[in-house]
Amino acid sequence: MTLPSTDQVWDWLHQVPDPEIPVISLTDLGIIRDVAFEGETCVVTVTPTYSGCPATSIINLDIETALRDHGLRDIELRRQLSPAWTTDWMTQEGRDKLAAYGIAPPQPAGGPDKCPHCGSHHVERLSQFGSTPCKAQWRCTDCLEPFDYFKCI
Amino acid sequence: MGAAEKLAEMTQEQLVQYLLRLGDNTLVLGHRVSEWCGKSPVLEEDIALANTALDLLGQTQLWLGRAADVQGEGKSADDLAFLRDVWDFRNVLLVELPNGDFGQTLMRQLLFDAYHAVLLAELVNSTDATISAIAEKASKEVAYHLERSRDTVIGLGDGTEESHNRMQAALDLLWPYVGEMFHSDAVDAAAVAAGIGPDPASLRPGFDAIVTAALAEATLVKPDSDFAHKGGRTGAMHTEHLGHMLCQMQWLQRAYPGNKW
Ligand SMILES: [Zn+2]
Repeated sequence: MTLPSTDQVWDWLHQVPDPEIPVISLTDLGIIRDVAFEGETCVVTVTPTYSGCPATSIINLDIETALRDHGLRDIELRRQLSPAWTTDWMTQEGRDKLAAYGIAPPQPAGGPDKCPHCGSHHVERLSQFGSTPCKAQWRCTDCLEPFDYFKCI
Repeated sequence: MGAAEKLAEMTQEQLVQYLLRLGDNTLVLGHRVSEWCGKSPVLEEDIALANTALDLLGQTQLWLGRAADVQGEGKSADDLAFLRDVWDFRNVLLVELPNGDFGQTLMRQLLFDAYHAVLLAELVNSTDATISAIAEKASKEVAYHLERSRDTVIGLGDGTEESHNRMQAALDLLWPYVGEMFHSDAVDAAAVAAGIGPDPASLRPGFDAIVTAALAEATLVKPDSDFAHKGGRTGAMHTEHLGHMLCQMQWLQRAYPGNKW
């Protein structure tokens, strides 16, 4: 078979949603570090978000399933720990999609810039941890709605 | 010395021991913290404790995975976690102590997090590339753990009379288990010579700086005595509590060997 270009593979991976926050894709999240062909084998290098993130094995399965559906047969997934994943690798498109979904995107200041519901800057932290390892719980003191904040690491 | 020559300063068995110490600390503490799942004082704390446990268990997978690789007997991280008995565990005694009340759990967490953060910052410079990479990953997670345990200990210590007294009692109970974390032996000396990791004694000033400031803000008094219970990380002696914990943690693999999720 003719092998697709790596750009094509990146494009396919861009269609694979994050299993826990399906509005963003794996490439939006910045966890796909490399795509390369070694002979006939498509090698995808993935870095975990958090070392204990239960979504890691599902993510690997989703990558393999998606690439198989596009006709690739030899697929190898490599785990890369260093450099450690940082939210700096999240794409602007990913940040916009998070905000539209109601999750405040990560900020270098360490807290959300504004309430994703009403846009108010009056927000306070409820807990450093949230419903998944990558999120914290915050609340808007104007509209009083609680919301998830994607932690900046 | 070059990296290869330095590595020769540590035997394979010593490196395995060193990695077991790292992995058993996170495994045993991760399991202890997970015991709160579903019964913490409030939902936010339940979620925070479960997330902390999850990070620690993820780190365990990496440390014990590396230990199994270096050991070269074809074992997995799971084999090491579920099929060793008490005397083969190399965690410090502090992490195997029962949870006590919520305040005691968070006091133990602060004492361990402060040590963990200072240790990982040094391990990032390890001559072993895998150790360095795991430390880099874990230190980001541990920075969060420390921020939370510190804030919570301060909130409870400088809280009501009841919460203050409980936090002081927790500190008095746990303080004799602090010294073991900074006690060096032959395995540590070999690790220093090989450039694998730091001398535990050298981590004490960094730990003291974090903990002394937190306790002062929490209006808690650090006990005077430097007496230290030891034996966990060398494997000489564990407390009676570890065996009971392992019964719970390992029973499934003991009852149904090789069973998979
Ligand atoms: Zn709002």
